[in-house]
Amino acid sequence: MTLVRRVGTLLLAPALAVAIAVVISAVVMGLLGVSPVQVLKVMVDLGDTPSQQITAVVAILNRALPLFLAGLAVAIGFRMSLFNIGVEGQYRMATIMAATIGAAVALPAPLHIALIIVVAMAVGAIWAGIVAVLKVTRGVSEVISSIMLNFIALGLASYLLTGPFRGSPEGASIVSTAQIPESGRLGGLNGVFDVLGLANPPRQLYGFLLIAVVVGVVIWVLLQRTRFGFDLRATGLSPSAASASGVDARRMVVKTMLLSGAVAGLVGLPDLLGRTYEYSSDFTSGLGFLGIAVALLGRNNPGGIALAAILYAFLDRASVPLQSASLPSSVVTIIQGTIVLAVVVANEIAGRITRRAAERASRQSSGPPPDDSMTTRQVPGVVSEGTP
Amino acid sequence: MKAAALLLAGSMALAACASDEDTGSGSGGSGESSAAGGDLQIGLAYDTGGRGDKSFNDSAYAGVEAAIKDLGGEVTELTPNADASNRVDLLTQLADDGKNPVLAVGFAFADALAEVAPQYPDTQFAVVDSSVEGTGLDNVTGLLFAANEGSFLGGVAAALKSESGHIGFVGGVESPLIQEFEAGYVAGAQAAKPGIVIDRQYISPNGDFSGFSDPAKGKILAQGMFQGGADIVYHAAGGSGQGVFEAASEAGGRAIGVDSDQYETVGDPALQAVIMTSVLKRVDNAIQAYLTDYSEGSISGGTDEVNDLASGGVGLSTSGGQIDDIKTQIDDYTQKIISGDIEVPTTP
Repeated sequence: MTLVRRVGTLLLAPALAVAIAVVISAVVMGLLGVSPVQVLKVMVDLGDTPSQQITAVVAILNRALPLFLAGLAVAIGFRMSLFNIGVEGQYRMATIMAATIGAAVALPAPLHIALIIVVAMAVGAIWAGIVAVLKVTRGVSEVISSIMLNFIALGLASYLLTGPFRGSPEGASIVSTAQIPESGRLGGLNGVFDVLGLANPPRQLYGFLLIAVVVGVVIWVLLQRTRFGFDLRATGLSPSAASASGVDARRMVVKTMLLSGAVAGLVGLPDLLGRTYEYSSDFTSGLGFLGIAVALLGRNNPGGIALAAILYAFLDRASVPLQSASLPSSVVTIIQGTIVLAVVVANEIAGRITRRAAERASRQSSGPPPDDSMTTRQVPGVVSEGTP
Repeated sequence: MKAAALLLAGSMALAACASDEDTGSGSGGSGESSAAGGDLQIGLAYDTGGRGDKSFNDSAYAGVEAAIKDLGGEVTELTPNADASNRVDLLTQLADDGKNPVLAVGFAFADALAEVAPQYPDTQFAVVDSSVEGTGLDNVTGLLFAANEGSFLGGVAAALKSESGHIGFVGGVESPLIQEFEAGYVAGAQAAKPGIVIDRQYISPNGDFSGFSDPAKGKILAQGMFQGGADIVYHAAGGSGQGVFEAASEAGGRAIGVDSDQYETVGDPALQAVIMTSVLKRVDNAIQAYLTDYSEGSISGGTDEVNDLASGGVGLSTSGGQIDDIKTQIDDYTQKIISGDIEVPTTP
């Protein structure tokens, strides 16, 4: 299959989903008596001054970072047909542990940051590992156990924060851990704007952006270009076929969940290392659940997830100027919601289209297919970069 | 494929029709907001949930509304997104739009203000429930409330009106702010009736703010208390309080509202009957007073305005007349708190 067609089939479903979502949202806006054109204008207007525009771009990228990491974590599981809903709990545990240990030690800057990242990944992996162990030893569905572990993580994090890990003074309205010292913080990337001759607003672009890009590339290589990635995808497509060819399915479950959890552990770090420097009772929650939507929209492919995260962040940012322009900001929620629904439908439609095209192609080249189920099995493995 | 294309084309056409129809009303909306007559250009950033919580945020709006009525002007209201990760964006937008003063409802804005306020030295900010003294932000005013004092009176009322000698408290989120309500309530109840049994429960742990918007869980907790023998339950749980009222109504018990006069705002006669009183936290008065001071140019910034019993910033509501018979005792305790004879604790 040519590159153009591969990219085409990859983009077909998400593009269809976004289009459907936009149309449905436009209809809803029409029913609400709001002009979709006006809403769109406000959404793409990033501000009047160059400084405001750069601030808006920074806000979008900073918001997209944790969404990208959460989507990546979910996608790793999806590629093996494992539904890790526990990213929420994994990043919460990882962030509070990383914040506490980061605040407790004094190390030279690169080591300090590396330690915080390693701790976060390890804690995320351990929390996800519980799910994996339960699945391979007791046959507990990862969906159930990871949801339940979210609640346990929430309660445990709250206990740790108000108890042993408390760093804020007694009676402060926001309870937080102690602050990570200067050496454990990641500076902003706003120097780039100076180099490019753009305005340099006070809002800092998270330095974690670079790390996230590296993580994205590593995960892509790992999934697409290594034996491990092949085994993982093969197990996801057909567990029986994979185990027949010598893949230990149980070991793969454990490895995949550990990897997914390690990436999930990074979700809270852009905020932690770039802005808050502490875990607190109002640390952003819910990123793990948004990650599921982002992974779906990005079709479980690191590049697609990055685009999906940016789209989500762009929509999120729009909610503020929309309110300011006396337009209902709920259209943002409507668009985001319908995108998820549309993605599920569009994935199915796109899957059928590519399947039918492949069937036709194989019929033309080698006569009638010997076994229908064989063709359908083969095709996604060849063309699709990631069907969940 | 054909079907999908048809569907798409059809909905596009529909959307186009819709947009034609609505251009008029849309531009009408923006025209209204730009047709400012008064002087005050108020920016109002709500806490999670926004307007319509029949409590905290609505009370803030009522204060702005009253001030606009007196002073003229207009307000732009912004609500954070679901995970409240865009608080900084809200304040930036309001300040960029030239709103002055900018009001932030809720202590959770403290960090966002520390970031935004220094960037806009010509804009005055006010934050509800967060202290700014010692933060060095000289264009921010903290509007604080002695919630423990109001809750103390709520505890007194509950203890005096309880027939079973057993009352309850449902908190929204186990945060220091809500623990202050609990501390005052417990102290008041024990002062009025030593040895009284007080059930205390929170809907969600600190860090999970769903407890302020989960009426179903509020109802379950209150039901448990009523079944266990409590006959009056006080809630400090924002929107979840609705569930507490429903539980009280079903169990034949009574409830105490919070923040606003919920007897007036609950909007359902069956629930109204069970709301014995509400512990008022007059966010509306505090905001109105702040805006009046602002229009007179007497805002200095960098200070806290404490609203307590003495200033009438907290207290009990009497709508419905259910606590009229214990008015003398309530007034008695009020005087003792104002004079300092009773020191109300802030932590349970």
